[in-house]
Amino acid sequence: MSILIDRKSLVLVQGITGRQGGFHARLMMEYGTQVVGGVTPGKGGEWFEGAPVFDTMRAAVRTTNADTSLVTVPARFAPDAIMEAADAGISLIICLTEHIPVADMMKAVAFCKRRDSRLIGPNCPGVMTPGQAKVGIIPAMVAEPGNVGVVSKSGTLTYEVGFAMKNAGIGISTIVGIGGDPVIGTTFVDVLEMFENDPETEKVALLGEIGGSAEIAAADYIKNTMTKPVAAFIAGRSAPPGKRMGHAGAIVDGGEGSAEEKIRALEAAGARVANNPEEIPNLLA
Amino acid sequence: MKLHEYQSKFLFREYGIPIPNGRVAKTPDEARAIANELGGHVVVKAQVHVGGRGKAGGVKLARDADEAGRYAADILGMDIKGLIVQQVLVDPGADIQQEIYLAITNDRSAGSPLIMSSMEGGMDIEELNHARPDAIIRERIDPILGLNDFQTTHIASAMGMPRARWRSFGKILRGLYRCYIESDAELAEINPLVITGEGELLAVDGKVIIDDNALFRQPKLAAQRDTSGEPESERLAREAGITYIKLDGQIGCMVNGAGLAMTTMDMTKLYGDADGIGPANFLDIGGGASPEQVAAALRIILSDHKVQCVLFNIFGGITRCDEVADGILTAYNEVKPSVPMVIRLQGTNASEGNAIISQAKIPNIISADTLTQAAQLAVAAVKERA
Repeated sequence: MSILIDRKSLVLVQGITGRQGGFHARLMMEYGTQVVGGVTPGKGGEWFEGAPVFDTMRAAVRTTNADTSLVTVPARFAPDAIMEAADAGISLIICLTEHIPVADMMKAVAFCKRRDSRLIGPNCPGVMTPGQAKVGIIPAMVAEPGNVGVVSKSGTLTYEVGFAMKNAGIGISTIVGIGGDPVIGTTFVDVLEMFENDPETEKVALLGEIGGSAEIAAADYIKNTMTKPVAAFIAGRSAPPGKRMGHAGAIVDGGEGSAEEKIRALEAAGARVANNPEEIPNLLA
Repeated sequence: MKLHEYQSKFLFREYGIPIPNGRVAKTPDEARAIANELGGHVVVKAQVHVGGRGKAGGVKLARDADEAGRYAADILGMDIKGLIVQQVLVDPGADIQQEIYLAITNDRSAGSPLIMSSMEGGMDIEELNHARPDAIIRERIDPILGLNDFQTTHIASAMGMPRARWRSFGKILRGLYRCYIESDAELAEINPLVITGEGELLAVDGKVIIDDNALFRQPKLAAQRDTSGEPESERLAREAGITYIKLDGQIGCMVNGAGLAMTTMDMTKLYGDADGIGPANFLDIGGGASPEQVAAALRIILSDHKVQCVLFNIFGGITRCDEVADGILTAYNEVKPSVPMVIRLQGTNASEGNAIISQAKIPNIISADTLTQAAQLAVAAVKERA
């Protein structure tokens, strides 16, 4: 087992005829992911690497029975694409798109909850269950199958840690990139809960950063509910307050969301917190 | 993007929120003339993007127009936390009976707008939240439904607003909510909203922050950006579409991805802090990292003359390290930096990338395998030059 996706997941790519969407759809297919189709309004009836392209998500879901969707469309269209997927009955929506206005995301997140669709992201690298499937842009080379669950707000930092784990001979059950935006569909706590209940995940690596309070909520969950060991790293100890560090959500605001505060909470909850992400494999050994 | 107080209040006025009838001055003479028109009794307020203006002496109450002119002369050109005051707002003095706090912000964890209000306005909301959290009424708004009238009544009632003021308060709250939504604000704050001696409500101070990701559909607000307090390097980066933030250290960092960029900064501080060495900047070169982008980023990093070493940390995923290596060499030949450069390429095509770098045989390029080693080498390079 794993969480969220596996080799049986049936995946649609929204924006499959775009440059980004097409590039990553091909890499996902090469990895073994069942990409059963794509959606680009106005291009229904075309084909992409043997997969049918549809005009609408409703038509795509009716024909393919897909359960998972990857949103790769630009920020202006992404919130609508997310809601279209939820409306069509997709149960897992993964959105890579960066720079979506927060107001639009608040509506899209609320809509997904109302339709019982799980949204991952936006502004995230996606989800990968090594050896089975990947939905998003996480490179195949950064992870081998195993029993450590990884959940992260960041893309390349996750690759860095996955790669260090691979070199240390530690495999991964599933990698979940939850995204670096202030308003996201799935939080650290949601994913920790899934890992806690997944029989194939024995330990968890959590990669957080400055801004917001999601890591504090994660620390509460680790302290009160979680039985599996957690190793963590929090990026942004050297970041000045009041400055947005690349990710829309990565800002220490009014004394809230600092790295020190999060590290203290995680340590108090019993997590092992690394000073350096390359130490994570040692903390998991 | 932050709006100045006067920009925020003029925006509020478009939504039917009463504000003092003041204007902006750039010289003491202008301030004196405005004060004269307003009857002499005015408040002169520095317009800078920092908190604590009052404590820094940037807000002064004047009894007549000449005094307003003298205060404006003091405040204009004043350095408040590193920012030079270039304009002042001259507002008529208000007869303040009660100060109220009212703001709408994004509740990140709930994913919804949040209205915060309190009859104990005037002070900083963080201080109030710390001292008397129960004095703040918090109401979450369903982002799909928006603000309902029953919520406005609930807020007025729960915060203890006098009943005679409910009607005018409701009008202001609905106006502020429309302003927050239509401006794509992440914060729309009135502090204080005052009750005057005549029993009128008046927004005496205001603060609005616009969501940067929504500026594409807010051209009127985007045009109000004040870049005077922005470091030259940050302006160049913004215009080149590179995410760059200037810091105080000596190690210039060029990294792909925001989380890894922060982590790389942290590593230079972890190994350099004992010797007073740390990161000179945050820089995310993004996914593609073409030679042109790398060159532009390198020029921006080197425009900070404190930089003693440049650290490249690239984890190739979709990005190929051999392409980045070509980009670094092109940028090197164009920019010809005199400071040492530590280069760490890992991930997709890392060995090809490292081969390109080593074959170029550039004397002040140092290669590293791991992030730890790269940070340590960069710290050592800075120490050597000191």
